[in-house]
Amino acid sequence: MTTTTTSTSGAPHTPGTAPEHADVPRLDVAAIRADFPIFNRTINGHPLIYLDSGNTSQKPRQVLEVMREHYERHNANVARAVHTLGTEATEAYENARAKVASFIGAAGPAEVVFTKNSSEAINLVAYAFSNATALGGDPRFRLGPGDEVVITEMEHHSNIVPWQLLCQRTGATLRWFSITDEGRLDLSQLEELINERTKIVSYVLMSNILGTINPTEAVVKRARQVGALVMLDASQAVPHLPVNVAELGVDFLAFTGHKMCGPTGIGVLWGRQELLEVMPPFLGGGEMIEVVAMEGSTFAPPPHRFEAGTPPIVQAVGLGAAVDYLSGIGMEAIRQHEKEIAAYALPALETVKGLRVIGPRTPVGRGATISFVLDGVHPHDVGQVLDSLGIAVRVGHHCARPTCVRFGVPATTRASFYLYNTIEDVDALIRGLDHVKRLFG
Amino acid sequence: MQLDALYQDIILDHYKRPHGRGLREPYDAEAHHVNPTCGDEVTLRVRLSSAPDSAEHTITDVSYEGMGCSISQAAASVLYDLLLGKPLTEAMAVHDAFVALMGSRGQLEPDEERLADAVAFAGVSRYPARVKCALLPWMAFKDAAMRAVAAHPTGTKEETDD
Repeated sequence: MTTTTTSTSGAPHTPGTAPEHADVPRLDVAAIRADFPIFNRTINGHPLIYLDSGNTSQKPRQVLEVMREHYERHNANVARAVHTLGTEATEAYENARAKVASFIGAAGPAEVVFTKNSSEAINLVAYAFSNATALGGDPRFRLGPGDEVVITEMEHHSNIVPWQLLCQRTGATLRWFSITDEGRLDLSQLEELINERTKIVSYVLMSNILGTINPTEAVVKRARQVGALVMLDASQAVPHLPVNVAELGVDFLAFTGHKMCGPTGIGVLWGRQELLEVMPPFLGGGEMIEVVAMEGSTFAPPPHRFEAGTPPIVQAVGLGAAVDYLSGIGMEAIRQHEKEIAAYALPALETVKGLRVIGPRTPVGRGATISFVLDGVHPHDVGQVLDSLGIAVRVGHHCARPTCVRFGVPATTRASFYLYNTIEDVDALIRGLDHVKRLFG
Repeated sequence: MQLDALYQDIILDHYKRPHGRGLREPYDAEAHHVNPTCGDEVTLRVRLSSAPDSAEHTITDVSYEGMGCSISQAAASVLYDLLLGKPLTEAMAVHDAFVALMGSRGQLEPDEERLADAVAFAGVSRYPARVKCALLPWMAFKDAAMRAVAAHPTGTKEETDD
């Protein structure tokens, strides 16, 4: 991706001022907010200020209406019914796949596997390794003692635990990149960590806790030199940045629908066609087969090989609608909007006495997901007091405990911004934090 | 919701100036409990004694260290005040009363005589996400106390027991 930065030092933009890009379309945030019915709600007597989109995003009317219409007018199972509704449902499901493929620059819809979430997408790849190992499959997916899997200290648990389990099953060794004090990946060990023994490197494109956007070019180049595969956990990236798999040059990409204005229950594994072709099935069941006999079965080509059972049909359709919605606004405009919010929020937060940002402190190579700790006040208490003011943030270890351990904190408070958030939301957060400090001071 | 019902002054006072905090020697058993959803932790030690002619244990020390929110830390401090010096059976009755209060969703009138400062936690029971915080040290106490009993049979020292 050409837009991520590999710089770990230096600040080309002065914090506090938004970078100027006259050619970037502006978001009409008021119009966007009007698309989201939930902003009509009050919480504890205050207008909702939703700063937890990193956890799950809110849903625009356009997505909800498409899902409702699908249930009301086109509901049937996919890929097996010959009747009209079955045909319509199958078309809607496969159209959603095509929309997703085009959204991320895939070579074609067959490279898009629908899963229930990012975790399942990552597990699918991890199990391709252990199944290929057990069944004597493609050598790129065979793992054993002496082989290595590389992740980072910055991962969500969903990109740690599947690989730990895989290494337990196969005897391979798990290794990881560490994090610098600034919250960037420490790539100084690149040559050593990614070596001839490495079979796959799986890491996060944008950190769910630090907000860091990680470099890809150097990692992909090194992985190619040693013949390792590269997987990106793009759960926090696809909703917020233009992501193009061809430009990234990676092998697998995982993300989830509910963080990008779509419903829960639908995730995506994108994989390069020639890799999906040689991967053994993950879950067995209906839809993923070619011929089933009592003595054994053969399997459908990808992507259906990896979609056992009735899939989350209306959720996929909803994700397609979310892709339409985001495309209509423009991912570049969304990225720019969030960059401006981060550029405003980072210095504003640091005016709060006793507040420490955990993660990059400049709005460069990072998104608008900002974690912080407040002296003497536990994040649980911060979150509770903010909620009493209608402000929703996430508190805890954010399913990234090793990152918290790295920074010596048990938990953080995280404000994550999205296309519907405003500078005024940042101001409300700062006022809320003053309230927190008065109560616990 | 009324924040005051959750953050009563008693709770904030215990949080800001905890009683009995810090791990102390000697002790009979230690328990380390974590709340996996938020990463809060508590380590709690129990020291028991018993008179030579008695079948009853007395809690001679409860010491603790932890990382966590005001609710979990204040709950540990209140636990220390309530249980120190109590016979174990009575301490377990206080434990049970506290657990019942936390499970009450604000529907239970707390037993003030038995729970003293812990009645301030009645408001916490209305916040399901925070009940686990209040219970963390109490669960660690129960665990440590059970182990302490196993390590320290009543009535006598080991050499004269059995």
